[in-house]
Amino acid sequence: MEPVSESELSKMIAGADGPLQIIGGGTRPVGRPVDGAALSLAKLSGVVEYEPGALTLVVKAGTPVAEIERLLAAEGQRLPFEPMDHRGLLGTKGAPTIGGVVAANVSGPRRVQAGACRDYLLGVKFVDGTGRILKNGGRVMKNVTGYDLVKLMAGSRGTLGVLSEVSFKVLPEPPAAAVLRLGGLDEARAGEAMCAALRSPFEVTGAAHLPADITGENAATLLRIEGFEASVSYRAERLGDLLDGFGKVEVERDEAQIAQTWSAVRDVKAFHDHAGDVWRYSVRPTAGPALGASLRAMGAQALQYDWSGGLVWALGPEGADMRPEGLDGHATLIRAGKETRARLPVFQPEAAPIQKISQALRDRFDPRGILNPGLMG
Amino acid sequence: MEMPTPDSSVIGKKPQLISRLMELLPNDAIIHEDIETRAYECDALTAYRCAPLAVVLPSSTDEVAAVLRICHEMRVPVVPRGAGTSLAGGALPTADSVILGVARMTEILETDYDNRVIRVQTGRTNLSVTGAVEEENFFYAPDPSSQLACAIAGNIAMNSGGAHCLKYGVTTNNLLGVTMVMMDGEVVEIGGAHLDACGYDLLGLICGSEGQLGVVTEATLRILHKPEGARPVLMGYDSSEVAGEVVSDIIKAGVLPVAIEFMDRPCIRATEAFAGAGYPDCEALLIVEVEGSEAEIDEQLEVILDIARRHDPVELRESRSSEESARIWLGRKSAFGAMGQINDYMCLDGTIPVSQLPFVLRRIGEMSKEYGLDVGNVFHAGDGNMHPLILFDANKPGDLELCEAFGADILRLCVEVGGCLTGEHGVGIEKRDLMFDQFAPDDLDIQMAVKDVFDPKWLLNPAKVFPLAASAGRRAA
Ligand SMILES: Cc1cc2nc3c(=O)[nH]c(=O)nc-3n(C[C@H](O)[C@H](O)[C@H](O)COP(=O)(O)OP(=O)(O)OC[C@H]3O[C@@H](n4cnc5c(N)ncnc54)[C@H](O)[C@@H]3O)c2cc1C
Repeated sequence: MEPVSESELSKMIAGADGPLQIIGGGTRPVGRPVDGAALSLAKLSGVVEYEPGALTLVVKAGTPVAEIERLLAAEGQRLPFEPMDHRGLLGTKGAPTIGGVVAANVSGPRRVQAGACRDYLLGVKFVDGTGRILKNGGRVMKNVTGYDLVKLMAGSRGTLGVLSEVSFKVLPEPPAAAVLRLGGLDEARAGEAMCAALRSPFEVTGAAHLPADITGENAATLLRIEGFEASVSYRAERLGDLLDGFGKVEVERDEAQIAQTWSAVRDVKAFHDHAGDVWRYSVRPTAGPALGASLRAMGAQALQYDWSGGLVWALGPEGADMRPEGLDGHATLIRAGKETRARLPVFQPEAAPIQKISQALRDRFDPRGILNPGLMG
Repeated sequence: MEMPTPDSSVIGKKPQLISRLMELLPNDAIIHEDIETRAYECDALTAYRCAPLAVVLPSSTDEVAAVLRICHEMRVPVVPRGAGTSLAGGALPTADSVILGVARMTEILETDYDNRVIRVQTGRTNLSVTGAVEEENFFYAPDPSSQLACAIAGNIAMNSGGAHCLKYGVTTNNLLGVTMVMMDGEVVEIGGAHLDACGYDLLGLICGSEGQLGVVTEATLRILHKPEGARPVLMGYDSSEVAGEVVSDIIKAGVLPVAIEFMDRPCIRATEAFAGAGYPDCEALLIVEVEGSEAEIDEQLEVILDIARRHDPVELRESRSSEESARIWLGRKSAFGAMGQINDYMCLDGTIPVSQLPFVLRRIGEMSKEYGLDVGNVFHAGDGNMHPLILFDANKPGDLELCEAFGADILRLCVEVGGCLTGEHGVGIEKRDLMFDQFAPDDLDIQMAVKDVFDPKWLLNPAKVFPLAASAGRRAA
């Protein structure tokens, strides 16, 4: 099924007599395997409205992310949350859609400073499991009218409704950037360096640590600053002083090099050509390095730290449950074979009362249980 | 404003309710004498008043849970309350309800600078969160003008904003976790010091739910290092169209000020008479503030001043000292007080797309003449969140109703041009009956379905947010 309009989408869902598998670009097959008729949003594509002077963008859910990025770049603007491209990591093809980004609340390294996809999402239109066309939020930057279902829909992975239209707050793309690099730190020290940087007033927009592991290169701790030229130079220098105790600081100012470095961090490039399951953890940043150590003890061959240590990626043995006991935060199984994804909980198991609320929400939004059933557990 | 008829059977259970509460909580935490409950008869929307059945002021999450279990069992409606500064009547009691106030829960539970989070009990005031981290030069970003008085509890329930949210976002963007007690007394933990949800974003759903889904007792908040400095500029223009263009050009130029505030002539005149900040007498005044080190501020202001000059300002004043900065902000900060000096006022907070600004201001001016009520406009121009202040005389029969009708027309106008009824104050009772102007019946039904999930008996703050007729079936069930 490939609806070309919202009303057709609504009719298809209302008329469905079995489970549906909701597909944007099909580039992020994360979740428990779903059996169902494919419902693709690819034809529900296009920009509805873009007002650069108001920093607002409204697009249909099937619009390719690349098209949006081009459109914004022409006005010197961008999606501030730096959505990750999962294709390299998951070995998928196709064009990622903006609906998929929202449905999975996909963000990147800048999340640590600027916020997540959900923080820039101003409004949604979606079709619930009975075929009703619903809207929440809007296209203005401040809106507290009624419940915030915009946040609920972000990250609900097509299990509460099928997104048809989304609107965003966008931001100017700063003209300059710098990256400070510290070499050879162990993970605990790297964690301290990143937290020290984020404690400063210099608005660090990326804080990542790439251990030596499988890259074969020296471990690198990376700190990104963005802004106007004079500001970036000033902040890079002050931040360099602040990190004096962590060894020699190299400063990268080449634009192309910086873009390449951070897209590699964003897309976890270090894991791309390596077999194994991929796990993703969100924890309190200072807990990152200790988590990393336990993951290694459990068999992880490679790690990557982002968000100042708060986001840990692990490449682990196939089929193993890499969720440490008593994890304070959450783990998601991002890449694994079908059998593993069917056997292990892909998402962090929720406490009983939360699980009950989640299920009750599903029952209300999708009473027949036909939208990506079972995907989130 | 219509409120549901109080349930006389609930009122009849008062003695039994009080004695059960007395068994659980220290006596001074329960207020039930008529003369004392009256202190809780309204919030900052003072036109509507009703004393509650009783007021309970617990000191811990466990006590909140105990109170809710009893109210749930006895089917007594509960109205959560922070500091009672809601402008929307969000904390207005009904005669058959218990006010559950968190004002005694003000503790700081954890301060963690490395992870840039603080965990507090939600009765703590907004400003005192910043106060607790100032020694390390940190601050909590959302800064409603009521920040000296309002509590984090109310900020979360209303998803409150502030003057600096263009850069830092509103409450929901600075909230990482909560402890919440459900109406049946169950305590749930949502989020924490880590980022983002793994399952559904329940935190995002709870923030802004106006006390209808649960009672939030503890919160983990993002704290940030203060910027090195900040500096405002003041600009005056002959027309609001031109001021609107200036705002749009600044944003397009890639500068992101922390604040862009706008005042119109009636508001300028009122504040001048009141505070004497030395503002020019013009159609539209803008205050634009940027942050950073001295050099960074200079760099940003150069771009901004250049744009400002291109549009022929009647006045352009860059601050050169902290005294001058304070003077530039003085009039803006006293705008509400100044308007209150002239007469009673009603403060609206609809949001519009920034591009619609000149049209909406013109229409408000026309309507002001039709209604025969003066209105001043002061608002956050960067994000289109308007604050029209309508002046009326509360002692003049019919004036309040006239003012409310005018206000409703302004809010409908906001919706018509692509905006919304409320940008930061919440729906409460004030905008409840306008919800169908913004939402189709199905859009409201799915929101009410969410309340069904969290509070199936509709005991938590039941008469708010949704038009009474729309929620009647669910409230009676
Ligand atoms: C002079 C003035 C200026 C203002 N300026 C601004 C501004 O700039 N920006 C802005 O956004 N707002 C502003 N406000 C509005 C108001 O201050 C905010 O809405 C504030 O967040 C309310 O907080 P409170 O603690 O007083 O909440 P209350 O008024 O006590 O309650 C507000 C709502 O929260 C619910 N609630 C309270 N406690 C809890 C809890 N523990 N759990 C669940 N729900 C709860 C209540 O039921 C109610 O619905 C202003 C108000 C005034 C009087």
